[in-house]
Amino acid sequence: MRALGIDIGSRAIKLALLEDGRVLEERRVPTTFDPASQAADLMRGLRWDTIVATGYGRRLLVGPPGLRIITEIKACALGVAAALPAAKTILDIGGQDTKAIAVGDDGRVLRFEMNDRCAAGTGKFLEFMAAGLQVPVEEFGEFALEGRPGATISSMCTVFAETEAISLMAQGRKARDIALALHHSVVKRSLSMLARVGPEPPLAFCGGVALNACVRSLLQAEVGLPLLVPTRPEMMAARGAALAAAALRP
Amino acid sequence: MPAEAVDYRTMWADLGLDLEKHDMLLGVLGQAYETLFLSQKSRPKGMDYFNFVMSEVHGLRVKELRDAQAAGRKVLGAFCVFAPEEIVTAVDGILVGLCTGADFATEEVEKRIPRNTCALIKSAFGFTLGRVCPYIETVDMVVGENTCDGKKKAYETLGTILPNLYVMDLPQVKSANGRSLLRAEYERFLHAVEDLAGVKVTADRLRKGIRAVNAKRQALHRLARVRAADPAPISGLDALLVNQVAFYDDTARFTSSVNALCDELAARAARGEGVFAKGTPRILVSGCPMAVPNWKLPWIVEGAGAVIVGEESCVGERGARNLVKEDGADVGALLDNIVDRYLQVDCAVFTPNPDRLAHVKEMHTAYRADGVIHYCLHFCQPYLMESYPVAANLEAAGIPTLRIETDYGQEDGEQLRTRVEAFLERLR
Repeated sequence: MRALGIDIGSRAIKLALLEDGRVLEERRVPTTFDPASQAADLMRGLRWDTIVATGYGRRLLVGPPGLRIITEIKACALGVAAALPAAKTILDIGGQDTKAIAVGDDGRVLRFEMNDRCAAGTGKFLEFMAAGLQVPVEEFGEFALEGRPGATISSMCTVFAETEAISLMAQGRKARDIALALHHSVVKRSLSMLARVGPEPPLAFCGGVALNACVRSLLQAEVGLPLLVPTRPEMMAARGAALAAAALRP
Repeated sequence: MPAEAVDYRTMWADLGLDLEKHDMLLGVLGQAYETLFLSQKSRPKGMDYFNFVMSEVHGLRVKELRDAQAAGRKVLGAFCVFAPEEIVTAVDGILVGLCTGADFATEEVEKRIPRNTCALIKSAFGFTLGRVCPYIETVDMVVGENTCDGKKKAYETLGTILPNLYVMDLPQVKSANGRSLLRAEYERFLHAVEDLAGVKVTADRLRKGIRAVNAKRQALHRLARVRAADPAPISGLDALLVNQVAFYDDTARFTSSVNALCDELAARAARGEGVFAKGTPRILVSGCPMAVPNWKLPWIVEGAGAVIVGEESCVGERGARNLVKEDGADVGALLDNIVDRYLQVDCAVFTPNPDRLAHVKEMHTAYRADGVIHYCLHFCQPYLMESYPVAANLEAAGIPTLRIETDYGQEDGEQLRTRVEAFLERLR
């Protein structure tokens, strides 16, 4: 039996196709301003028996018979539980949202916290700041890792944080040092959200921002808990959706 | 166009409303009402009355108030459940809730009060400055009350706009001193109302007022109890609407309409009929008041496949629970009874406020809720501050709780939906 999970996120659309519980294929495209047709393109040529959609755009998919939807919170918990069964807490930083999830057996969500309409400390924040420092976002983490500690950005708001970054530039701080400070601010914000769900070790870190080496390293240093990062952290919700699909009757 | 509609325009013009903006407001309100309320399935017939009240909320009801004034009665407007309706009723006056619950004239508002003020306070200013609330233009006295810091400071500014604003002080501690303050303030209010109406309050008049308001509250208590049935015989949206209309409608007429609705709901429950399937996840909403037309969260919750079975809110059970004792030989004794009842309101401005948590737990059990959604308006410090310990305490007691912080804007709808759906996934 083939089960398809599709995660229509704010910045990227991801899918995972499982056959009898084994990952057959994983794909990813940018969301753009036309997520529905991006998703359709992404699914082209695939066959499946059951399908579950998740993510911001979970309602945009129309057409597939038997389509079910679940939230990205549940999907992420299911995906992580399969990839890292030991994980008790999840930090998921995506394009626009940060979620802290306490998970029980079999990926059951015990509690969760999620940012409200503000996208401070998310992938979008890092993307915006990378553009400001003229560094490709994919390299922003490595770039920041070479920075020297000492500079601080205390604002969580993207606009205010940018103002602080500009002030630091005006003081002659190096772009790498400022980048490090910006990464620090993301981690600081995540920690306060984690604290509210009562984190228990080990902690799994996923979502697109888990691909960023600097956030990973700072989190590892500051969280004080064993940190687990799945091999493809950005695919966890898509895989979780596929697992939910696998549990459906075709 | 029906003749009454023409009459209302004349009335609205007389009241000094901005007719163009008011038309827009009623247009949006009517549209929202149709989408959110009229489209619901298997609504009780008893809701017809409340549909009618809503359709006439700026029309016939305002006309009734003006007719009452023409006949010599006084109309008072209030923003809070601490304004004692019993005392107003004792002088044959009418107490109505004033408009809040939607953003209006925000630019004008932010010239006078800070942007980071809670939506409820900003809304009250917006309806006033935008001249779109027929109630505030009608009333003989606006009753303000020193609850949270935002409101008490806002009344200082509102007092410069409204000539008929009366502000009462309220205690923040339920101590003997707190009780004395409330007693003194209610007595001062009683005299202010006597002066306004030119009527002396007697024990008989006050007892009559207490009985009328008690009857209204009893009807609301009955509505709350009948919702304990599974399947729920009424949607949370409709039950919220009834609680909202409680602030606008004629007390006696409202009371009999709620009782008629409850008769129908009880019969439904006896037949095992409901508006949602048996076993639908049941949610208790707790926190800030939801005035008309603030229906966003209930709409999202019920759209996501749950049913709201109680509101621990000022527009809901916190505002309506408990009765005033009707025995007492004189005005002083009856006033003591009124003070005793109002001092039990577990508003978050009180410190400490353990009764509220106990009440949430009690409602959770009584209405067989599966989880609690704690609802807060941005910048509402008392309820936001309480949301952390309340949520932690409920979770520790095994009651799943979701904290929501939002305002009257619609732009966070999808994010709220995600959180609510994820919460329901947790409950299933």
